[in-house]
Amino acid sequence: MSRPQPDMPAAPLVRARGLSKVYDQHRAVDGIDFSIPRGKCFGFLGPNGAGKTTTLRMLMGLTPMSAGELTVFDLPLPAAAREVRRRVGIVPQADNLDPDFSVQENLQVYASYFGLRGNETETRIERLLEFAALTDRRRSKTETLSGGMKRRLTIARALINEPELVILDEPTTGLDPQARHIIWGRLMELRRRGTTLVLTTHYMEEAERLCDELVIMDQGRILDQGTPAQLIQRHVEPEVIEIRGRAELLERLQPTPDCRIEQMGTSLYCYTGDSRGLMQRLQSDPELTFMHRPAGLEDVFLKLTGRELRD
Amino acid sequence: MLDLRLPRLRRDALTVLRRNLRVWRKLLGPAVAMNFGEPLLYLLGFGYGLGIFIGQMSDMPYLTFLASGIIASSAMTTASFEGMYSVFTRMVPQRTYEALLATPLEIDDILAGEMLWCGTKALFSGIAILAVATALGVVAGWQALLALPVVFLTGLCFAGPAIIMSALASNYDFFNYYFVLVVTPMMLLCGVFYPIDSLPELMQYIVQALPLTHAVALTRPLVAGQAVTDVGLHLSVLVAYTLISYYLAVVLVRRRLLV
Repeated sequence: MSRPQPDMPAAPLVRARGLSKVYDQHRAVDGIDFSIPRGKCFGFLGPNGAGKTTTLRMLMGLTPMSAGELTVFDLPLPAAAREVRRRVGIVPQADNLDPDFSVQENLQVYASYFGLRGNETETRIERLLEFAALTDRRRSKTETLSGGMKRRLTIARALINEPELVILDEPTTGLDPQARHIIWGRLMELRRRGTTLVLTTHYMEEAERLCDELVIMDQGRILDQGTPAQLIQRHVEPEVIEIRGRAELLERLQPTPDCRIEQMGTSLYCYTGDSRGLMQRLQSDPELTFMHRPAGLEDVFLKLTGRELRD
Repeated sequence: MLDLRLPRLRRDALTVLRRNLRVWRKLLGPAVAMNFGEPLLYLLGFGYGLGIFIGQMSDMPYLTFLASGIIASSAMTTASFEGMYSVFTRMVPQRTYEALLATPLEIDDILAGEMLWCGTKALFSGIAILAVATALGVVAGWQALLALPVVFLTGLCFAGPAIIMSALASNYDFFNYYFVLVVTPMMLLCGVFYPIDSLPELMQYIVQALPLTHAVALTRPLVAGQAVTDVGLHLSVLVAYTLISYYLAVVLVRRRLLV
């Protein structure tokens, strides 16, 4: 055991080493290592079936691990799952609000599962209703709520025990843009207050906006890890030109100077550090539509995980 | 791989019981109508209708015989319904267990709470039947109140097997097997409507292994004001069914949910 050095950052909240989950023949999570720093927003980015949800379930002590070591708050999982869940808030992928209860009752009943009751808890529920902007819907049945409201209530519910760590499995999947922006705002507010966030997503925009640090996962493995900016710098050229047009028109562009080309559907992606040559040619060709933008996480993601369809 | 560790009983189970109680209170009207209405119809219909032809059975009026049997069989059906349809709903389509498992609660606690709730519901139905039977003047005396703890235990004893069915079910239709193969045969064979000594000898041995027989053997003399015999044996059978089925239910629900 090494002792923490005075200059080192605070001990990580979550530590995983060689974490694996094998179902029959299928390696859902295949020996991954990561550590999640306190007070940050940490993302697992990956296509469907990458092993993100399985990883989160192991973090909650709900999926028995096949191999490896995992600690949360320096407590070993799954042995200390109960203690860990007492201090963690969990937002599942699919809403599982209790349809037998109203909005407010959902929070009260959920509090009771943590052994919380009394005036202090009622005050906390008031604050959470406000946080979720559901104060005037407190008596509504949950099935009358919109998708965005249900998500906000689920997040509020996950905060009932004032958790140090909140785990969110695809927090905005299926929401419209307005609802998504509201959720993002709430999550950033949480992080500002010092709560550590761990989330999975396959939305690049979400990862780029929210995550201080992220891992890109595919087929149970971690492909790379870093801040969004580091990942972009490491894997792709700084500029991208996306060109759309008929195949023969795109062929006219070959060979393209100073570019790495990727084709996807009817689009051509040109990655480059110097776009001037290509831009001049494009601007003189009225039959092609194109978009010039800085490289983003999506480009990193597609490069690392490939472009074939995932089911 | 099965997680065979013995479940631990904690006070947390009571939070699950309280959740169910809170839902039940919201639907008090239909629940009470069911609790009182059904036994009333049974007792009036069967008891008066058949009672005229039968008169006495096992040294008591047929209405008393029937009421003291139905108090046990209704604990069985109440707990079985709750342990199958309601538990399955919370475990699978409604995802309530997923939400519960995101808190410090474990499957041990959840199922202990569910079983206590099934016992409580059985108790409510027992109270209703006893009230109806008292109003019809077929209850012998105060010792009938001792039938209520027996009813609660009977509820626990049938909750476990029902939850096992929920853990194995892929849909609601699966429960038909259990009703046809387990609940209805017990209802008809375990001494609810007629004494088991009228069964063929082999059947008398078989029904001794069934829990409802032992539940009826306790509730009947308590309601009819007769001496209760073999209390230890009857209670042991009910307790054994409760504990073993609870353990199996925990193992099977773990296998289903903790993957």
